Amino acid sequence: MRKRKNGWKYLVSLVICLIYLAPIYVLVVMSFKTVTDQTSRLALPNPVVFANYAKVFLESDLLRAFKNTCIVTFFTVAIEVVAACMAAYPLARNRSRLNGFIRMLFMGVMMIPSLSILVGVYSTLVSLHAISTYWGIVLVSVAFGLPMPIFLYTNFIVSIPQSLDDAGAIDGCNSVQTFFHIILPQLKPITASIIILNGVGMWNEYGYSLYILQKPKMYTLTLMISQYFSASAVSDLNGAAAAACVAIAPVVILYLFLQKYFVQGQLDSAVKG
Amino acid sequence: MKRRKQSMNFFYIPALVLMVLFVAYPFYEAVRLSFFSWNGYSPNQAFVGMKNYIRMFGDENFHTAFKNTLIYGFGCAFLQNVFALAFALLLNTKFRGHSVVRTVIYLPVMISGLIMGYIISFFVQFRGGVFNEILAYLQMAPIDWMADGHRGVWIIMLVNSWQYVGISMIIYIAGLQNIPTVYYEAAAIDGASVMARFKNITLPLIIPAMSTAVIQNIIGSLKLYDVIISLSEGGPGFSTHSLSTYISNQYFKAQNAGYSAAVGIFTFLFILVVSVLFTKYFTKKEVEL
Repeated sequence: MRKRKNGWKYLVSLVICLIYLAPIYVLVVMSFKTVTDQTSRLALPNPVVFANYAKVFLESDLLRAFKNTCIVTFFTVAIEVVAACMAAYPLARNRSRLNGFIRMLFMGVMMIPSLSILVGVYSTLVSLHAISTYWGIVLVSVAFGLPMPIFLYTNFIVSIPQSLDDAGAIDGCNSVQTFFHIILPQLKPITASIIILNGVGMWNEYGYSLYILQKPKMYTLTLMISQYFSASAVSDLNGAAAAACVAIAPVVILYLFLQKYFVQGQLDSAVKG
Repeated sequence: MKRRKQSMNFFYIPALVLMVLFVAYPFYEAVRLSFFSWNGYSPNQAFVGMKNYIRMFGDENFHTAFKNTLIYGFGCAFLQNVFALAFALLLNTKFRGHSVVRTVIYLPVMISGLIMGYIISFFVQFRGGVFNEILAYLQMAPIDWMADGHRGVWIIMLVNSWQYVGISMIIYIAGLQNIPTVYYEAAAIDGASVMARFKNITLPLIIPAMSTAVIQNIIGSLKLYDVIISLSEGGPGFSTHSLSTYISNQYFKAQNAGYSAAVGIFTFLFILVVSVLFTKYFTKKEVEL
């Protein structure tokens, strides 16, 4: 009886999984077929060819794009984490007028959709000579991304008892030492969430990279992939599929292994309060 | 102690400098430029007052982009929440393998919207696309899916909703797990039907999760950008543009930087008003219950 009652759940689950896996299946299948393979995109590749992968690695700049994406993602996340937990400390501990003002400012920045002030950002970057530089895309992304981690850290630090700070002060720690010895060690779990969330976001970033990283030498994976698809729309869709597989593989694999942290990160950011 | 508190303010400096330089100042620039006529690179900027804002009223392409943004924003938020809640209810019953289904539904969230658009193009292409292949198998005539802008808008909306359902689903699952099971046990003893239990226990207690999910979805989808670029580039014509893609189109392609800035400020204000209204609405709901 119990088994039959659950039967429909398995059927629905199966349909859901099919709908959700089909696009990834088609992408992977296409990346293992030759351009001349006229069989259905739903059919398994026969024979399985690795030529597309060989080609994207050897004949294109995919590896450089991979490196660029790693650099941009690493520095964006690193600077964001450091600047955010620093700013969160006084925000959580002080109750002054200045703090009220700064909190308002952070909230305001959070409300601005980054692309809505594209004209202002781009013209500012031009005058700073930041076009086609790593630091241009990194600092813009950090600035727009900062409010969320700041509020996450603030909520977390508020829950650390003030008496710990006071104990530190009595033992002769100044505020910098208190921050590094008492507050920072306790921020590990929330930092994991922030790194994961912003890391994935940055790995997949496209809107601003498109305008800031204009030199082909600076292209990140998303820019490279879009080049692939627009330049080879008719000729080499299979090569483009292979390149797309390479681009999504790192995040997908990380997600499958560290799923718990990804889900936690999503929840932490959702209840930012 | 007071000096100690003051010395802490130095911790603000890195975050403040970055935000002032790369958000606050550009924001001021965007507002200023929205009152100017400018092509985006020449040193000539002519003050035109409200002209850029007035121009929006007569711009057909802007109307289309605005209408599409509404469809993307509210359509996605609606679909995502309905399906996310349904998936969450299903997965919360904890049958064997429910975590596998959860993993699969959340998986597309990891993939860039841009790349997902390209993957979906394998399905909607006229020649060789998977959908037309299925139609051919069913002996039906092939359809050029993205050739019609109206259909294009709905396809883009569906793709985006499909891809990001996982986010809201996770929020709903967490919300469902927070409901104490004693409520359901009590209701079962009182003989409440499944529907009655859903309406009187689940729904009211899930409102905080719903508020988070709805607001997050609306704001996210009103900003829709990358999936449009990869699926249609706003075309055919201007028929599938959103406000975000229209802003970059006007700036970089049409070289109407001043007008683009004005559209941007409009977009910012519009999203701000929508999110404030929805936050107010849900706060009221939460208080009522």
